[in-house]
Amino acid sequence: MDLKEKLISSFLAFENNVDLDHPVHEVRSEAIKNFENKGFPSKKEEAWKYTSLNSLQKVDFSIFPKEESTLEYKDVKKYFLHEIDTYKIVFVDGVYSSYLSETTHDGVDVCLMSSAFSKPMFRQVIEVYFNKVASKDESLTTLNTAFSKEGAYIYIPKNKMPKKPIQILHLATGNEAALMLQPRNLIVAEDNAEVQIIERHQSLTDNEVFTNSVTEIFAGKDAIVDYYKVQNDAPTASLVDNTYISQKDSSVVRVHTFSFGGKLIRNNLNFYQNGERIDSTLKGVTILGDKQHVDHHTLVHHRQPNCESHQDYKGIFGDSSTGVFNGKIIVDKIAQKTDAFQQNNNILLSDRATINSKPQLEIFADDVKCSHGCTIGQLDEDALFYLRSRGIPKKEATALLMYAFANNVLESVRIPELKSRINKIIANKLGVRVGFDL
Amino acid sequence: MLEIKNLHASVEDKEILKGIDLKVNAGEVHAIMGPNGSGKSTLASVIAGKEEFEVEEGSIILEGEDLDELAPEERAHKGIFLSFQYPVEIPGVSVTNFIKTAINESRKARGLEEMPANEMLKKIREKSELLEIDRKFLSRSLNEGFSGGEKKRNEIFQMAMMEPKLAILDETDSGLDIDALRIVANGVNKLRNKDNAIIVITHYQRLLDYIVPDFVHVLYNGKIVKSGTKELALELEEKGYDWIKQEATV
Repeated sequence: MDLKEKLISSFLAFENNVDLDHPVHEVRSEAIKNFENKGFPSKKEEAWKYTSLNSLQKVDFSIFPKEESTLEYKDVKKYFLHEIDTYKIVFVDGVYSSYLSETTHDGVDVCLMSSAFSKPMFRQVIEVYFNKVASKDESLTTLNTAFSKEGAYIYIPKNKMPKKPIQILHLATGNEAALMLQPRNLIVAEDNAEVQIIERHQSLTDNEVFTNSVTEIFAGKDAIVDYYKVQNDAPTASLVDNTYISQKDSSVVRVHTFSFGGKLIRNNLNFYQNGERIDSTLKGVTILGDKQHVDHHTLVHHRQPNCESHQDYKGIFGDSSTGVFNGKIIVDKIAQKTDAFQQNNNILLSDRATINSKPQLEIFADDVKCSHGCTIGQLDEDALFYLRSRGIPKKEATALLMYAFANNVLESVRIPELKSRINKIIANKLGVRVGFDL
Repeated sequence: MLEIKNLHASVEDKEILKGIDLKVNAGEVHAIMGPNGSGKSTLASVIAGKEEFEVEEGSIILEGEDLDELAPEERAHKGIFLSFQYPVEIPGVSVTNFIKTAINESRKARGLEEMPANEMLKKIREKSELLEIDRKFLSRSLNEGFSGGEKKRNEIFQMAMMEPKLAILDETDSGLDIDALRIVANGVNKLRNKDNAIIVITHYQRLLDYIVPDFVHVLYNGKIVKSGTKELALELEEKGYDWIKQEATV
């Protein structure tokens, strides 16, 4: 049985464990039909030309994780941003771990999708927001929608801001020989609310993990959302991350994606600007080696006038790693005075490494500023000579230059401890052994 | 200190240096002048070990040791410093952190411990005052968004910090206004002593009013065609390079 068949037959078993009368279940039923029609995307589709899910479909994944595994905090502490106090929503093999988590209902809701689905007090928010911006025909998104049951639920009411940042951490223990996870997150920041979120997926063993995640983010008027994705997973872990963002007037949403590890990562990051004077920021640092593969597909849909978008993705590819950047910008006819900026710079460190970079601009308005640029190259020899002439050995000089190359993406990270942590990961990945604290 | 013998160097099979002989003793300042494209910057880069250039013949000897097989960083560890005409921008690495890295890498290569933090700070304070560099400047990313003058001043600051035996200043005067030129030259003069040597590469005589050379050499078409004292620089300023070119062809 291939994975598609297995998933479809598992849906019946899934239905035994959810409330079939809840309005959400209708959404799930529609979604599984869509997935049944479409199946997994294949390389014949333009959007999946460079990323193949074929080998994943041959793995015999467990669809439903067993009971909660016990993990000691000390054993997983390093995967948290533990330098600062945060709320934590932690899942172990897809099951919520109350022991490792710290949730709240104090003025804001930082809790679980399973609670949000089952408790009447959340029903209204679910009705207004759930599956409202996520695609209803993209096959992996609908697959996730069909099995949507657990994940992070974050609701920030008007004018509120949580006391501290929120971490969402998905841990896989390896209790299953191969595990498929489908977390579903809903983030709502109402008008003038503000929130900072860090999300990470981490496998703790060499067993295969395939995560198909969907996150919906809604930013009300003047809301500010900072979302940080830390992708530094084990070499046997694959992730398809589908994120959908809907923004209202004058809101600011910044998504930073740090892709440093994992077997296969596909990021589908979609911004929809449903208001004026919106600022959307998409930044990414990708540093890969071995046979790792990361595919960034971004979409910014400018639907209203006077909005901005800023995209800046940097990639460093070593060994036989492969990268994809596909940045699509749509500017509707009504969206005059749009200012859309897109930049993708890559460095190839080996003859076997590959990057496919493709800007895709569809502009229907006539009074707009849209710029895009893409570079693929090696390190600047003159810069390398400059550093070496100051006594810095070649290896360290190379690392320092790559660090500098990736660094400007970090300027907009607003949690200093996270910035320093990412700096250290980058330095470590690049073998920077500099004589100072980064 | 430095002895260059019959140096021939090429880039992509094009010969740029065509037999250079130069001897620089400790305590001396040598100026190398010449028209554009004569090979001045190439000579500076070759001494510092830029790998793009192929040394076809001849040798560069520093304190009795042939530098031929040495990488740029190894030459730096031996006390060679090149002040760049176009210093490179390094975002995310502050001037202070960069100079700490450079100094400690050199110390490590010489088998020394890292410089203690308080000693480093003291030295940074001392040398930044010498070059009239503001404290805030030191925490900025290296060369990023620096004006031409700031870049050059920062180069000489690094030279002051690293205390090289042989410093080569490649077109340090280009892009400097008169005030910046005075500060930079003053800094260089204070760093001069009987144990080090300086090679000043310049197109114009202007800088040599401030950094007075013991010897002046004229480089033309990859060769030193004339050597003299500081009066030669004045003569070049007055007469231009044409007579040198004529003399060289004759």
